[in-house]
Amino acid sequence: MFQQVMETFSLWALPVILITILTYAMFKKVPIYEVFTDGAKDGFKVAVNIIPYLVAIIVGVSMLRASGFFDMLSAWLAPALTFFNIPADIIPVMLTRSLSGSATIGLFSDIAGNPASTFLTTTLAAIMVGSSETTMYVLAVYFGSVKISKIRYALIVGLLADLMGIILAILVCKKMFG
Amino acid sequence: MNWIFYLFIVVSIITAAITGRLSDVVEALLSGAQLSVKIALSLIGIMAFWLGMMKIAQKSGLIELIAKFIKPITKRLFNEIPEDSPAIGDIAMNFTANAFGLTNAATPIGIRAMEELQEHNIDKTSASNAMCLFLAMNTAGFQLIPATVIGILAGVGYPNPTKIIAPVLMVTTLAFCFAIICAKILQRIWKPQTASNSESEGK
Repeated sequence: MFQQVMETFSLWALPVILITILTYAMFKKVPIYEVFTDGAKDGFKVAVNIIPYLVAIIVGVSMLRASGFFDMLSAWLAPALTFFNIPADIIPVMLTRSLSGSATIGLFSDIAGNPASTFLTTTLAAIMVGSSETTMYVLAVYFGSVKISKIRYALIVGLLADLMGIILAILVCKKMFG
Repeated sequence: MNWIFYLFIVVSIITAAITGRLSDVVEALLSGAQLSVKIALSLIGIMAFWLGMMKIAQKSGLIELIAKFIKPITKRLFNEIPEDSPAIGDIAMNFTANAFGLTNAATPIGIRAMEELQEHNIDKTSASNAMCLFLAMNTAGFQLIPATVIGILAGVGYPNPTKIIAPVLMVTTLAFCFAIICAKILQRIWKPQTASNSESEGK
């Protein structure tokens, strides 16, 4: 029931937002076409502005991934996780979650599609991936758009929240499916 | 940020030298640079569309209306931003779009919110407390339905994929609250910003 309601909600959210914005504006006699094109003009500028910041982050993350650094880290972390009875297959997802959205989805598809993965591994990976946003990407895009490079504690907060998300995902998954 | 950038690149080169993957790393450099531009370019269209829509919403007073509605919450959270700033409304819209998984809509709105927050920033080169809080809310990735994940699970024949909605919602809500609390605590301990362009700690 809850799920059905939520799915319908997700499907209708965008159309409803569009109709509301446009109808309300017409009602208030806003020249919507002119205002729209005026606002849309900035799209190019903003997208181009964030390129340098995206390049820095995405190149860094791609290089790190290609170097095999995460495989090494996974190998080190595996014993600790097995000790807590957490499937070690999950480690790559845990590590890339904050860094690269496309890589995380790729890793997750790999786990989900692998017949050797247990139900618990797939479920835990699903919860971890579903509850995360790519911290590095968000910071690069948003700070890039206003040309800020001194980000103060923003990254620390993002990573702490990611860590909390991982811990919570493990706890919730064990409680509900373990 | 300087150290992070330095470490990313130096660590990958050192690791690559050990694992013998130097050529992969060099290739990743090229493909990564290409990918960034591809992402940015693919943003242009959707960015323009939502910026246009948001301009309409702003001109018609709709954003103000929404902002008024959620003011009691945002006023407390973003206490450094004037109540009548359009940033408050944009932050609310960004949150709503994210919650519904409309990342394509959320990003342009969020960028606009950042630009408005920048206007209230006393040092234009460093992140204000409000920005850090706003990004904390965004990086926690609050979302009602993890559509992509459910799609993948359904694709591999996972039994009843929608079962993960409840646990994901639980985790993401708690992490979201945790991120806000963290941002609020760190705001107190971190070295405060100093007025424009003076030397502030680069991190």
